[in-house]
Amino acid sequence: MHRIGVFVCHCGTNIAGTVDVKAVAEALGKEPGVVSSVEYQYMCSEAGQTLIKDAIKNLKLTGVVICSCSPRMHETTFRRTAAAAGINPYMVEIANIREQCSWIHKDKATATEKAIILGRTAIAKVTLNTPLTSMESPVTKRALVIGGGIAGIQTALDIAEAGFEVDIVEKNSTIGGKMTQIDKTFPTLDCAACILTPKMVDCAQNEKINIYSYSEVESVSGFVGNFTAKIKKKARYVDAAKCTGCGVCTEKCPMKNVPNEFNLGMNNRRAIYIPFAQAVPKVATIDADYCNMLKKGKCGVCAKVCTAGAIDYKQQDEYVEREYGAIVAATGYNPISLENYDEFAYSQSKDVITSLEFERLTNAAGPTSGQLLRPSDGQHPHTIVFVQCVGSRDTSGCGKPYCSKICCMYTAKHAMLTRDKYPDTDVYVFYIDVRTPGKNFDEFYRRAVEEYGVHYIKGMVGKVSPRADGKLMVQASDLIANEQLHIEADLVVLAAAIEPDKSARSVATMLTASMDTNDFFTEAHPKLRPVESPTAGVFLSGVCQGPKDIPETVAQASACAAKVIGLLAKDKLTCNPCVAHSNENLCNGCSACEKVCPYGAITYSDKEFRMPDRTVAIRRVALVNPAVCQGCGACTVACPSGAMDLFGFSNKQIMAEVDAICK
Amino acid sequence: MQEAVINRAKELLADGTVNRVAGWKTGEFSFDTTPAVFTSAEELDADFVYNDFCAPNLSKYLVKESRKEGKLLVFLKPCDTYSFNQLVKEHRILRENVYVIGVECTGKVDAETVKLKGIKGITSMESDGENVTIHTLYGNKVLPKSETLGTKCATCKSKKHVAYDELIGNDGEVDEESKRFEVVEKLEAMTPDERYEFWRGELSRCIRCNACRNVCPACTCESCVFDNPDSGIAQKAAADSFEENMFHIIRAFHVTGRCTDCGECTRVCPQNIPLHLLNRKYIKDINKFYGDFQAGADTISKAPLNDYTFGDCEPSIVYSRGGNE
Repeated sequence: MHRIGVFVCHCGTNIAGTVDVKAVAEALGKEPGVVSSVEYQYMCSEAGQTLIKDAIKNLKLTGVVICSCSPRMHETTFRRTAAAAGINPYMVEIANIREQCSWIHKDKATATEKAIILGRTAIAKVTLNTPLTSMESPVTKRALVIGGGIAGIQTALDIAEAGFEVDIVEKNSTIGGKMTQIDKTFPTLDCAACILTPKMVDCAQNEKINIYSYSEVESVSGFVGNFTAKIKKKARYVDAAKCTGCGVCTEKCPMKNVPNEFNLGMNNRRAIYIPFAQAVPKVATIDADYCNMLKKGKCGVCAKVCTAGAIDYKQQDEYVEREYGAIVAATGYNPISLENYDEFAYSQSKDVITSLEFERLTNAAGPTSGQLLRPSDGQHPHTIVFVQCVGSRDTSGCGKPYCSKICCMYTAKHAMLTRDKYPDTDVYVFYIDVRTPGKNFDEFYRRAVEEYGVHYIKGMVGKVSPRADGKLMVQASDLIANEQLHIEADLVVLAAAIEPDKSARSVATMLTASMDTNDFFTEAHPKLRPVESPTAGVFLSGVCQGPKDIPETVAQASACAAKVIGLLAKDKLTCNPCVAHSNENLCNGCSACEKVCPYGAITYSDKEFRMPDRTVAIRRVALVNPAVCQGCGACTVACPSGAMDLFGFSNKQIMAEVDAICK
Repeated sequence: MQEAVINRAKELLADGTVNRVAGWKTGEFSFDTTPAVFTSAEELDADFVYNDFCAPNLSKYLVKESRKEGKLLVFLKPCDTYSFNQLVKEHRILRENVYVIGVECTGKVDAETVKLKGIKGITSMESDGENVTIHTLYGNKVLPKSETLGTKCATCKSKKHVAYDELIGNDGEVDEESKRFEVVEKLEAMTPDERYEFWRGELSRCIRCNACRNVCPACTCESCVFDNPDSGIAQKAAADSFEENMFHIIRAFHVTGRCTDCGECTRVCPQNIPLHLLNRKYIKDINKFYGDFQAGADTISKAPLNDYTFGDCEPSIVYSRGGNE
C-alpha cells in the first residue's frame, strides 16, 4: 500500500503569487495513496526539509511528491532529504509548478488548475517508482581542451598546475588564438603578445600539457569521467618532431602570393609558413591549397633548403584516440562577415576596415610594421571614423541581437592610441551607447574623450560612400545635436559584432552540449553554474559561452579549470541508476537500440531460451552495460517490441503520467 | 518456369545443399496459393506450384525456418527480397542457413481485384501470362492479366532482386516511375476532416483479425506490444471504435523505416482496407525529410530514423521556422 506525502512549495511569491498553493495541497491530498499534503514557504530551506523528513518518519511515507521548481534545480536536494529520512532517494518525484506553471501563467485560476494536474501526474508516477541503487564508475584523470586561445591556454595551465594531464586541440597551426592578433590590451595598454606569449611557452614546456596543433576533434563518445575522443591531426607536410622552426623554408618558398590570414589578408605569406615569430609550436606548415609540389608535383624547394629533413610531402592525416575524464569547450569567436552591411562600403573600399584589421595595421608585426597607413595608398589617414555596433544589438535580423561587449572598450583604445601617436588626426567615434562596466574601464573611456580629444558622437552612421579622389564620405546623424553630419574621412573602422566560431556547432553536437539561438554554449545555470554545460563532464571556457573581454575570459577559464580539477580529483563517480535494461523475453535482437545508443552501451549475446513448446531456442538478445548507459532513453523509443525500458522512467510510468494529465 | 523451379529445387535437395524447400502450394482454390515447406522430390512433384497466383511473400517464414536444423532453399520474388534483406539486417533471419533463389515475377493475379470487377462465384482461374481465364458458376470470363493484378503488383516499385544466391529467369530494374505514391498524394490534398472521414470509413471495417500483423515481414517481434500485458494496451477493451482504429496507426508507426512496401497487409485484409497507404505515407515522408530511402535495398545502410546526422531536419521546427519547404 502506498503512503505518499505531497509537499507544495510557495517559493516565496514565485509560485504562490500565481498559484493558489493551499488549493493545490488540498486537491492533491484527495488523490488515492496520498496520506499527507501540505504547503510551505520554502521547501528547500532547512525548515522545509525538516518538514519533509519528519513527515517521512512519522507518517511512514513510501513516496514523496514535491511540487516546486524544476528538478534541475533541487531534485538532488530533495533526494538527499529523503535518503536522510531513511527512504530510497529515487522514491521522490518533483512536479515542476514554477518554470512550467507559475512563471508562464498570469491567471491564477488557470495556473492553479495546471499545478494540480502536474502534481497529480507526479503522484501517478511515484506510485510506480521502484527503489534504485547507484553504481560507481572510474574517472580518467586527463582533460581535453578544445581550442587553444587564451581561454583554452589558461584552463589548461591551471589544470596542469593541479597535477592533471591536459591535451589542447587547436585547429590552427599555433595556439594563441585571437589574442595573438591584438596589438595592445585595454585598459592598461600593455602589449598583447608580451603577456600572451609567455603563457603559450608555458603550455609548450609544461610536461602535463600536450598540444595537438593543426588538429581537430573528430568524434567524442562516452560520458563524464570516461570520454573517448578521436583527434584528427591534419597533415601539415612537415614532421613536427624534426622541424626546428628556423624559418628558412618560409623565406625560400617561391609561392609568394598567399594571403596571410594572420594579418587578415592585408599582406602575403609563402605556401609554407609559420604564422608569426612566437608561434607555439614553432613548426612550419605547408598550405596544400597553394603548394606547387603538392598540387603539381613540381618544386620541392623547401625540402632542399631544410637542413633538418623535416619536409614530408607524403604526410597523411593522422588519427589519435585518447581517453578523458573531462572536456572543455574553448572554441572562441570570430568577427561576423560584413556582407549584410554594404552601406558601410566594406567590400567597395580598402579603406573601410574592421577593428581587428585595425589592430594588425597598428601592430609592429603587422603588414605596415606598426605604421597606421591607409591600405589603399599607404598614406597617413588624417580623419578616422570609428563606427560601433556594426551588427551588434541589431534586431533587424541582419546582425546579432546581443551586445558584443568588447567593442566600446577596444574602440576607445584605438581612438586613444591613434590620437596619442598621430595628434594631427581627427578621430570620430559613432556610438549607440558607450558601455564601460569593468574595473578602470570608465576611467579609460573618459581619458579618451577628455585627455585625448576624441570626438564621441551619439548616433549611427547611415552611409559611407567612397569618392573618386579616395576620400570616404561618411553620412551620419548626431542625435544629441539633432543634426546630419557629413564627414570626409580617410579611414573608416567598423566595430564588427563577434559570433561564436563556426566549429562550435559541430563540437556542441559531438559533446551533446546545448547551445542558444546564437550558437553560444548554454551553461548549466546562468547564475550559479556558469562554467559547466548541462552535459555532465563538459565545461565552458571563454567566448564560446558568451562575449567576454580578456580579463573576464581568463577569470572564467580559471573558474572552468577549478571545476575540471574538482571532477578529476575524484577517484570514482556515482552513476545515475536511471539506466536502460532489456527484457530478454521480448527482445528480438534487431539492433535498433544499438544503432541509436550514443554511448555504445548496448551489446548482444546469443542466449538459450526454453520456449513454450518445451524446446530450447538460441536467440540474440540485447544487453545494456549499466556503467556506460546514461539513461537518455533513445533505445526505449527505438525498440519496436517494447523490450527496452528505463529504470525510473519506465514506459508504464510515462503512460501513467499521460493518463493522469488526460484524466 | 514452374518446371525449372521444381527441377532446381530437386537438384539442391539431392546434392545436399539444402534439406528443405520453402515455396508455394495450391490452397482451397487454384488461385489461392499458400506458403509451404517441402522436404522431398516427391512432395515437390505433388504440390509445388509457381505461377501467376503465387503472391505470398515467403521472407517472414524464414525467421523461424532459418533457425531450424540444416539449410533451407527459398524462392523469392523481387519484392520479397527487400523484406528478406530487411530481416537479415535486423538479425531476424540467419543468412547462412538460407539458400535464396530469385524468381522472375511479372505481377500476381489477385482474386479480390477480380471480384471487385463484379465477377462472382469464381471456382478457379488460370493465367497464360497475357490473359486470365476466370471460371465461375455463371460461365467463363477472360480478362487481360494487367487488369487482374493485386494492389501491390499494380504499383510495383521494383522488379530487381536485391538478394539472391542464384536467379531463375530474368532480373528486372527498379521502377523509378512507379505510381505508388499517387493515392497518398490524393489523401494529402484532402482537408483534415475529409481525410479523417476517409480513414474512419476504411478502418471502421476492421475486425481485428490480426491478419495484416501476422503476415507483415516487419512485424516479427517475439511478443507484439498488442499481446504484451506489460504494455498496458494488450487485450484492452476499447473505449470507443476509434481506439480500435489506433491499432493500425500504431502498427504503421512501429514499422516506419522498416516497411519495405511489400503490400502483404492489404493483400491479406479480408475487409479490403488499403492499409498499405498508411505505410506509404510514412515512406513518402521519410523520403522527403531525410532523402530517398528504401528499406531492405541492402543489409548495411542505416535507416533514417535509427541514425543521426548533422544534416538531419527536425520536421516540426523546420516548418515553424519556414525552412526546407
